[in-house]
Amino acid sequence: MDFRDTPEEASFRAELRSWLEGALGKDWADQAPTVGRWNEAESRTWSKKLYDAGYVGITWPKEYGGGGHPHEFQGIFLEESARMSAPDHIGGIGLGMAGPTIIAWGTDEQKQRYLQPLLEGTEVWCQGFSEPGSGSDMGAAKTRAVLDGDEWVVNGQKVWSSWAHIADWCILVVRTDPDAEKHRGLSYLLVDMHAPGVEVRPLRQITGDPEFNEIFFTDVRVPRDSILGQPGDGWNVAMTTLLHERGTLGFALTAGLEKAVNRLVQLAKEPGPDGTRPADDPVVRDQIAQFWIDLQGLRFTNYRALTALQKTGVPGPEGSMAKLHWSETNQRLTSFAQSLLGLTSQLDAEGAWWDGFWTYMQLRSRGNTIEAGTSEILRNIIAERVVGLPKSR
Amino acid sequence: MDFAFSPDQELLRAAARDYLADRMPNDRMVSLAESDAGTDPADWKTIAEMGWLDAELGLLEHAVLAEETGYALLPAPWWSTVALTWPLLDDELRGAIATGERSATLAYAEAGGPATIADAATGSTVKASGDSLTGTKVNVPDLTSVSDVVVVAADGLYAVDVAANPGVVVPRSTIDKTRRLGDLHLDGTPARRLDASLDALADVRLRAIALAACEATGVAQRALDIAAAYTKERQQFGRIIGTYQGVSHRVANTFVATQLSRSIAYWAAWAVSAGDAQADLAAASAKATAGENSVFACEQSIQCHGGIGFTYEHVLHRFYKRAQWINAFEGAARTHRAAIADELLGPAA
Repeated sequence: MDFRDTPEEASFRAELRSWLEGALGKDWADQAPTVGRWNEAESRTWSKKLYDAGYVGITWPKEYGGGGHPHEFQGIFLEESARMSAPDHIGGIGLGMAGPTIIAWGTDEQKQRYLQPLLEGTEVWCQGFSEPGSGSDMGAAKTRAVLDGDEWVVNGQKVWSSWAHIADWCILVVRTDPDAEKHRGLSYLLVDMHAPGVEVRPLRQITGDPEFNEIFFTDVRVPRDSILGQPGDGWNVAMTTLLHERGTLGFALTAGLEKAVNRLVQLAKEPGPDGTRPADDPVVRDQIAQFWIDLQGLRFTNYRALTALQKTGVPGPEGSMAKLHWSETNQRLTSFAQSLLGLTSQLDAEGAWWDGFWTYMQLRSRGNTIEAGTSEILRNIIAERVVGLPKSR
Repeated sequence: MDFAFSPDQELLRAAARDYLADRMPNDRMVSLAESDAGTDPADWKTIAEMGWLDAELGLLEHAVLAEETGYALLPAPWWSTVALTWPLLDDELRGAIATGERSATLAYAEAGGPATIADAATGSTVKASGDSLTGTKVNVPDLTSVSDVVVVAADGLYAVDVAANPGVVVPRSTIDKTRRLGDLHLDGTPARRLDASLDALADVRLRAIALAACEATGVAQRALDIAAAYTKERQQFGRIIGTYQGVSHRVANTFVATQLSRSIAYWAAWAVSAGDAQADLAAASAKATAGENSVFACEQSIQCHGGIGFTYEHVLHRFYKRAQWINAFEGAARTHRAAIADELLGPAA
């Protein structure tokens, strides 16, 4: 057991740190954040910059444009990004879900075609899993794909699809065999979002932002070989995606929470609306220390899970709880930050506190316990698959 | 970065788990807890033979053993000896402890005076005169089951042989009967000055809270295992109660709390052993988390059991009381969070 960087890790960290300071400016992290979301063009430019510097797909195979580094390097990247409050790559769903699934299930042609543009941020991915009638119960998906010559013809509707309004590609779960048992009748297609018959209707979230969308598919024609695995493999392929969503994403969640804790510390040290510093209030101090501890719990649980993965080849039970712990901590933290701002917390535009940064963060956090597996589903998974209680359904 | 225990440390864990499962099943632990002595000297000899008291064990080996002895609620003064006195012992005591002839604890608290190891180095009213000590210490862990006590006196550290001077020991009725507290009434009692200085108490304190956190993790894991075993079997309304989400989600929450404790406790054990720059923060985080979470785990487990979990007959309260003992030791969680806040936010105005 040694939590320190190896010499290779230390030099990777040092180079990255100086690169980030050069690219963003040394005082980037100390500036008050605004709502903090770049427009699409700025995000794509930043993503390409990250890629050119070698900081995207750090653990992916070199032959597909990745860095070929061990997972610790990805952990270091996220730690340093959090330390700097660096902006995210635009292709979160591609990097965290579509890409790893293509690496696991794709043909050589598919890997050559899709991975590099995904890393560069020139092609953005979205996810078509949930439907109006099937959220947590993905096996009940109704969107159909019927083979017609050398093409699948897709009809149906997906929902809660983040970033679909800017996406170029979609990982889409469809029913290809309506007669098979429900999990066995699914297939996993890679669908061009610019194809005729694809219509994206943004849904406004409680933040007011259109971050997620409905996607309507009307006689959309998809090449027969734009499929991962064989027809009928859809459930297993999707499980790979979700494993990555709930697995390696732990590091990204740690980085996100670290940014939030750092911002909360920054907020508490500034005079609040009444002129006093929250940091002088013992109750505030106790709460902030607890959030910092919650962050360390997430961080070291992820590292333990990673070590287990590398030593045994299978993810340890530790990883299953990362998203659950993160989401509930992030909700408590953002609500707490809002509570330091009095009625000012209710303003959400230019001229509000940090231009409404915490207002946005708090409202957005309510989605954290719903997206990517509700807390209820995650507790079921822990109880049944990790602790070994009998199945509830 | 490497976040795993070494193969040797894992072997030590497996051997400890096997030994404790075989030699210290719940019924024997309970009968010792309910006995006058509270411990069996034969166990101490065996522990020494297995190498658990060897001088060359490091803090990570102690961390592994603390977790396992917490899991079994071992009624022997192993934790007190290793966590409270280790850096203070001289060769004479260390040698006699390694062979299982002696055992030790630390007397640091006084009525109305220092209450924690953190405060113990100043303000003691225990006075030395030649080779003897006079004064009173309170809430001494495992006082009734050790042979020797390291006493924090006004001018330094002394060893008192309580086996040879049993009259100085005043047992106190303690809810955790596997780790009883006692008061030490010294009145011209023979004592031997130790070489270690009062400054060494800072090191003892960090080791003690890191190892308390590891032990608490073992306690939480046991409470979780007991809850899981029961909720897999028990039926009500024709269904196994573990299929009700109101029950299974409590168990899931207990799992999460236990894993968080373990992650932070291991971090603390490593940071303290390596003298890492964040050792103080890690130890404070571990004590706050593992203390509170072990109490939480036991409370969830008790609730999952219904009425039987509330009885003296059931074993759960033993673990619950140890969890409370640990949570109360060396400052409640909020005092450790206050120390973390000082680091993050600077001093309050």
